[in-house]
Amino acid sequence: MKLDSKIPSGPVEKQWDNYRFNLKLVNPSNKRKYTIIVVGTGLAGASAAASFGELGYNVLAFSYHESPRRAHSISAQGGINAPKNYANDGDSIYRLFYDTVKGGDYRAREANVYRLAQVSNSIIDQCVAQGVPFARDYAGYLDNRSFGGAQVSRTFYARGQTGQQLLLGAYSALCRQIDLGTVKFFPRREMLDVVLVDGQARGIVARNLVSGAIESYDAHAVVLATGGYGNVFYLSTNAKACNATAIWRAYKKGAVFGNPCYTQIHPTCIPQSGDYQSKLTLMSESLRNDGRIWVSKQKGDKRKPEEIPESERDYYLERLYPSFGNLVPRDVASRRAKEMCDKGFGVGPTGLAVYLDFSDAIKRLGKNVIEEKYGNLFDMYHEITAEDPYKTPMRIYPAVHYTMGGLWVDYNLMSSIPGMYVIGEANFSDHGANRLGASALMQGLADGYFVIPYTIGDYLASSKFSPVTAESTEFKTAKADLDAMVHKLMSINGKKSVEEFHRELGKIMWDNVGMARTKETLTKALEEIPKLRQEFWQNVKVVGSSNDLNADLERAGRVADFMELGELLARDALHREESCGGHFRVEHQTEEGEAKRDDEKFSYVAAWEYAGPDKTPILNKEPLSFEYVKPSQRSYK
Amino acid sequence: MKKLIDFYNSSIGKKVTMSLTGLFLCTFLLEHLIGNLLLFAGEETFNAYSEFLVSNPVIRFVEIFLFASLLFHPLVGLLLWISNKRTRPQKYEVYQLKENTPLASRITMLTGSLIFVFLVVHLRTFFVPLRLAEVKPSGYALVVEAFSSAPYCAFYVIALVFLAYHLRHGFQSAFQTLGLRTKSYIGLLDAVAFIFWFIIPLGFALLPIYFYFFQPATTAAATALGVH
Amino acid sequence: MNVTLKVWRQKSKDDKGRFVSYPVRNVSPDASFLEMLDVLNEELGKKGEEPVAFDHDCREGICGSCGIVIDGRAHGPGRGAATCELRMRSFRDGDTIVAEPWRATPFPVIKDLVVDRTSMDRIMYAGGYISAKTGGVPDGNSTPIPKPVAEEAMDAASCIGCGACVAACPNSSAMLFVGAKVSQLALLPQGKVEAKRRVERMVDQMDKEGFGNCSNNYACEAECPKEISVQHIARLNREFLKKTLA
Repeated sequence: MKLDSKIPSGPVEKQWDNYRFNLKLVNPSNKRKYTIIVVGTGLAGASAAASFGELGYNVLAFSYHESPRRAHSISAQGGINAPKNYANDGDSIYRLFYDTVKGGDYRAREANVYRLAQVSNSIIDQCVAQGVPFARDYAGYLDNRSFGGAQVSRTFYARGQTGQQLLLGAYSALCRQIDLGTVKFFPRREMLDVVLVDGQARGIVARNLVSGAIESYDAHAVVLATGGYGNVFYLSTNAKACNATAIWRAYKKGAVFGNPCYTQIHPTCIPQSGDYQSKLTLMSESLRNDGRIWVSKQKGDKRKPEEIPESERDYYLERLYPSFGNLVPRDVASRRAKEMCDKGFGVGPTGLAVYLDFSDAIKRLGKNVIEEKYGNLFDMYHEITAEDPYKTPMRIYPAVHYTMGGLWVDYNLMSSIPGMYVIGEANFSDHGANRLGASALMQGLADGYFVIPYTIGDYLASSKFSPVTAESTEFKTAKADLDAMVHKLMSINGKKSVEEFHRELGKIMWDNVGMARTKETLTKALEEIPKLRQEFWQNVKVVGSSNDLNADLERAGRVADFMELGELLARDALHREESCGGHFRVEHQTEEGEAKRDDEKFSYVAAWEYAGPDKTPILNKEPLSFEYVKPSQRSYK
Repeated sequence: MKKLIDFYNSSIGKKVTMSLTGLFLCTFLLEHLIGNLLLFAGEETFNAYSEFLVSNPVIRFVEIFLFASLLFHPLVGLLLWISNKRTRPQKYEVYQLKENTPLASRITMLTGSLIFVFLVVHLRTFFVPLRLAEVKPSGYALVVEAFSSAPYCAFYVIALVFLAYHLRHGFQSAFQTLGLRTKSYIGLLDAVAFIFWFIIPLGFALLPIYFYFFQPATTAAATALGVH
Repeated sequence: MNVTLKVWRQKSKDDKGRFVSYPVRNVSPDASFLEMLDVLNEELGKKGEEPVAFDHDCREGICGSCGIVIDGRAHGPGRGAATCELRMRSFRDGDTIVAEPWRATPFPVIKDLVVDRTSMDRIMYAGGYISAKTGGVPDGNSTPIPKPVAEEAMDAASCIGCGACVAACPNSSAMLFVGAKVSQLALLPQGKVEAKRRVERMVDQMDKEGFGNCSNNYACEAECPKEISVQHIARLNREFLKKTLA
């Protein structure tokens, strides 16, 4: 497949402005004649749908939730970046651009990242106008903080609930359009397929989760804003319903998948406590500012942490990284924790945790200071584990948090299927191999408010559309296929629950395709996943009926897709013989154990193309070039 | 007018009606108590006061509002109660409202209904003879007569306990509904509320207790009474 | 620990529904209430019985999806937490736990413990927003907002829209939900422009949906997982009166 990224030429600061000017416009009176489907109404989807509605398009918005306000964007805590330079500390669009490209370990497109940095300032203005109650200083101006190791204070925040407030802002804009009638919202609908007519995306087929009916909706363009695929690992910080079904089915219809192996792991999560565990809870990384990470020097030490004398403790991060110590980047801290546990030094009942100890900090600063700084996190930890972190060290373990990979899109955010756009975490575009803190919210809103409203018009104005209705053959075929799939899932009636398969898949993924990947583990995963998948289709038990609300059936479809996606993820990880950002290959590290990129061979986007069931997907490469931010190797010694 | 009807028809409008009529009744209670305390000053003073009430045109005018409130407050309350019942046709199997709310707030309908019954009896005992009888009796004598009966006094005191509970919830609730129960005024409001829900019913309750136990003499006879 | 779960089962909106008791064995006290339900559901599934349907998603108390009346309390015993944050250690070994859906006319049951809360969304559609168009807005710092005002707006804005206020209220009133949004936007200068229209339309829609009247007994505040103050209801009332009088 020939991939055209449509990156504009010219100096990077002018690219988006020039490009925007050259985009075709849809006549205002014609806009209502175009129908746009938006799937997913989180930050990206809600902001896009609202903006389309404002422009005058006829918008159909879909969510598997009952309300757009439930989307997982709501869980984001930290903040949103924008280079407003309100702090007068030398920030600029160029600096944010630079930091993002570098943070992404030189695996993102410069043009996209620059645009992201450029429009991010408008996001803050927009959100303030919508009534988002950002934190303010005593003069009444917007407050900023430095986040995730950034050297400037460019992060805007609303307590620890920034994602919630931004989502509610986008939701309110969407509400307004729903009230005006430009957007029609379809709750509790799960998109199961995208429908192509004459090679263009012309609609979707969705399951009404309440009635079980498979419904068809036609449109002139389809926008997927369906989030990431972190739940392929079963346990992650993602919400339970987060899934890859929409993007995966689109992939199977011809949209290529970019960099599936780039997954971000967060080092400070509350560890799993038992098999029943359904998800992992993230705690702010700021904990590492005052907490010291350690394990016992003795393998399988079952003593209580208080009983282990200072001399028998291994503060391994401080030992390995004398200058950065406990503040090494996310991926390093995560990997080292896993290593210690794999070697048998893990703590707690499962042995899959390390201590994060505040006793020194409490001695040094006093309990009050620690309480002021981290009180809510300590409370949350206490609530979940029934252990008091003021008295005994916390136990932490890394968990999957975000996926940088996603459907490949061009500069317009259009996938390789004409008329199908992908925005937010669902696409691969802006973070490269690793995402900076407080940039996910920024990207979702940038795509939805300030990029796609322009680029979609160009497509609509310049394309020809054959008359299509939801009764057309293509829709009927898609519907029949899905009915058959649902029927098949319901009729296998095997012995193992969907949850069990998901857990098994998660284990394979975590053990072999997790934080530290090797050729062996990846090869093993590539053997095990298809086996598990085969077993799934023979031995899964889906209970209940297909004609009403059936969470088991919903999950079954999602897990079936994860089983395929997991394989692609492993395949991508195996082919990328380098370490970069969220992808760490044990074979490729520096002497100090740092990720070692291979810019000669791998400075490209791996865009995987579906080749058919049980066929090896085709690898397409979109080369990356860096004119402004020259690649360099990082060091935290 | 339409604006007013729309306002009344809204949920908040109905609550504001409850709130305003309730607060009006509260001011009446205050006035009524002060007047009634004149009973301690003796027969002559009290009868003069009672005569003044009956004959003063301003009082007669305000009385219209008093009766309107006495009618509207329970009526709208009843309508609200009925419509609120409809919002949960399927009851909870277990419902621990008591974990979350003070007792007074849960029994306003009960206390209100009993106060209404009390009012009817009360009006029959005092208001009807004093205002409507052809031969006006002595107000003081009526009181002495009425409070010579132990069951009547007990009924009276119990009703005042209910009134206390009713106002315990109702007074602050009225201000909340008017949007005046704000952070900076809660302290003041609670203090004033204490006067209304505690001091006033207590003041009223002193009367039957005093009259029952001390039975002061009266010069006039109570006539046309239904207390016996 | 072992518990008995007495849970509401209702096949569909039109089904009459009934309580069914299930023993749940060997539950870790560290498990969340929803994880206990997961365990039960997996067992039921193995037996070919239909799992208990319940809404949930983020499982960290922010998405507002979960909502179960547990032992007569919206989101169960304790304060300031959603159902997903409730741990089994809040119960005792051998307890019988009663789990029911939110019950209110505007929240019809879809299945088992799942109710339809779109009535709350419709109130939002009626006016829970500032009509700011994308683009064309001034710089974020153009209007300073006093910190205490911004903080109070944030208190109100932290509503997760779970509906516990309605479920806990003896009148199924949505005043805390509506009050939180009206109050948030009335506090902020950018929201004042549309304040009258907003409060009028939102209250009107709230009434149309069939939510009850506020009796000011503040059960809502007590059960709100975000502990939103009834001060915001007072402000809603004030805004409503302002709209009527001015």
